[in-house]
Amino acid sequence: MNGTQKQLKAGFPWKQVIGLILSLTLTFLALWIAVGLSLPVHVTIAIIVSLAIFQAFIQLFMFMHVTEGTEPVHQLMGILFGIYVAFTVVAGTLWILAYAL
Amino acid sequence: MIDSVKSFLGWFFVTGDPMIYGADASIALVSIGIVAVLTYFKKWKWLWNEWLTTVDHKKIGIMYIIAALLMLFRGGMDALMMRAQLTLPNMHFLDAEHYNQVFTTHGTIMIIFVAMPFIFGLMNIAVPLQIGARDVAYPFLNALSFWLFFFGAMLFNLSFVIGGSPDAGWSSYAPYAGAEMNPGVGQNYYLIGVQISGIGSLATGINFLVTILKMRAPGMTLFKMPMFTWSILITSVIVVFAFPAFTVALALMTIDRLFGAHFFTIAAGGSPMLWANLFWFWGHPEVYIVLLPVFGIFSEVIATFAHKTLFGYAVMVWSMVAISVLSFITWLHHFFTMGNTAPVNAFFSISTMLIAIPTGVKIFNWLFTLNKGRIQFTTPMLWALAFIPNFTIGGVTGVMLAMAPADYQYHNSYFLVAHFHSTLIAGTVFGIFCGLHYWWPKMFGYMLDEVKGKWSFWIFMISFNICFMPMYFLGLMGMTRRMYTYPAGLGWTPINVVMSIGAAGMGIGFALMAYNIVWSAVRGKKDTTGDPWNGRTLEWATASPAAEYNFAHIPEIKSRDAFAAMKEARAAGHAETVPPYKAIHMPNNTGIPVIMSAFMFIAGFGFVFEWYWMGIPGLIGVVACMIARSFVYDDHHYIPVEKVKQTEAATGRLS
Repeated sequence: MNGTQKQLKAGFPWKQVIGLILSLTLTFLALWIAVGLSLPVHVTIAIIVSLAIFQAFIQLFMFMHVTEGTEPVHQLMGILFGIYVAFTVVAGTLWILAYAL
Repeated sequence: MIDSVKSFLGWFFVTGDPMIYGADASIALVSIGIVAVLTYFKKWKWLWNEWLTTVDHKKIGIMYIIAALLMLFRGGMDALMMRAQLTLPNMHFLDAEHYNQVFTTHGTIMIIFVAMPFIFGLMNIAVPLQIGARDVAYPFLNALSFWLFFFGAMLFNLSFVIGGSPDAGWSSYAPYAGAEMNPGVGQNYYLIGVQISGIGSLATGINFLVTILKMRAPGMTLFKMPMFTWSILITSVIVVFAFPAFTVALALMTIDRLFGAHFFTIAAGGSPMLWANLFWFWGHPEVYIVLLPVFGIFSEVIATFAHKTLFGYAVMVWSMVAISVLSFITWLHHFFTMGNTAPVNAFFSISTMLIAIPTGVKIFNWLFTLNKGRIQFTTPMLWALAFIPNFTIGGVTGVMLAMAPADYQYHNSYFLVAHFHSTLIAGTVFGIFCGLHYWWPKMFGYMLDEVKGKWSFWIFMISFNICFMPMYFLGLMGMTRRMYTYPAGLGWTPINVVMSIGAAGMGIGFALMAYNIVWSAVRGKKDTTGDPWNGRTLEWATASPAAEYNFAHIPEIKSRDAFAAMKEARAAGHAETVPPYKAIHMPNNTGIPVIMSAFMFIAGFGFVFEWYWMGIPGLIGVVACMIARSFVYDDHHYIPVEKVKQTEAATGRLS
């Protein structure tokens, strides 16, 4: 019963809506930079990677409750392990396929 | 007009093979039979209210296990068909195409629709009880995970009779699995069926990660958790981080096949090797997703039946953490021979061998747990004891395969096939059978018969060795995997005959286990205590089967092996006061997960046949279910004190 009232009182989810609009904007911006503009390849990559990092922060703060929770160590370990796996898959793939590409 | 209908039906249904017509007939008969029985006994409402809409983790666990056992039967039949074909040289039981389909579905079903759901079933049953929780963190999501797995599995199995099975192996390497070389719908079934159930797996990983981190009983710190719960916590982390790679890989290949992209075709600038790379980036951690939980099961069972606390608890935990970290940096060893530079092969060779260290540490910890224990040879304990030597053989041959130069000899030979069956059968299958016998009384309130259980164990375990031990030598003699027949005169025939005898023996062992399940359902010994094995962990503190709310009072935890400590305190005469009952907060049942997954099935079927008029409305149905769910506010209820008292009194737990 309390839960229901709390849910109703929470009001309009502005944070999530802004997050959604920002995510969509960043995604289409990246698409347009890659497809619509003909910048040098390394410039394109630099721009879309920085947009991606910005987008990751939006996800973490606006949708994934990274600042909430009782035990920050869980968040920290999750993010560290995520960085480890992301680094492994990207760096590993480039290293493995360097010869094949 | 009639001709076009005829040609459509001939293309839509798989035709031409008498075995397929037999399957068509039996599928139709079984379906009619199920509908008739449900209607005759007026059980439709019961089925809907008690099972299809349930969010109770114990019932979801049971449904996972039933589905996994059915899939095990199907996968086992595939295995027997392959063995029948290979028993003698130049057999004509299956043709090349049919053989390819059979080994593809065997692999995919055994890993994705047997090993994983069986483990998910056991963890659904045991984990919330072991940590003293009343349900998982997200009961709705849990039901959704199950139904996504179920409909994904059904979609995949439909390929057998409608449209044609995939035939590119369970690893579905590009470019053969691509649209150009593999036209037709078979490969689409693989991509979309596995994708749908993969969404469910990812959700289960998230669910159990949160459940274990946030819902433990007061006093249960991480290092007081039972070892099975620890193994599930670490497995969940691997699921959450490994599955996205597979989701992406499957999506990319689906886009390749359905919309003509070229992520994996070299002619248009793609890379077939990228598929192998992404597949195994998920595929290797997947090995540990199906192994770590059974390590947890064996830890529980060995400690329980050696009547000792587990040796080296902290070391067990840290070795699992080490395995989880290492499991993400070994994936290349699945394609050493695909043409990498020497430093790449050297790195992955060493990282693979490193995994043997924490695994070896665990083996020694189990042995030291047994040392000086009062060992009781129950059926679950027999499976656990057999696991140690049999799995170690798989582990040792794994180190042999890890050496990149030597792997050029072993690669894709039956030596490799024997290796991964040694780990997956002696590890995962022995483990799920062990857990099945161990937790069966907790699931259903009666025991599986010990005599029949031991017979099925010995038959299965000995037959497993008859089947897979000679296979190593067959591999060294040069027989490669996935060949559908072979000429006489290579010296392979006697070994193949022996292996087929072993495979038949494993079938008999499994059939005996199935018979034991049916026999025990009628005549099995009732478990009235809730603690038939003299268990050490909290799940045995509940009645068998546990009440809907699990624990009338959430227990306070003071030490590891919490229930063993409680029993010792009771024996020492410490009086326990039972505080008054309170109303218990529980989630409501909901039909949305099963309906949403059914829409997913419709959408999946549409995309398999590239019928967008069917696929897109299916997806709209999925979204509509999500929207409907977000407006459900009345999603919980309270079990009144009176009802709790009644339930507790009925189980004899009210003094």
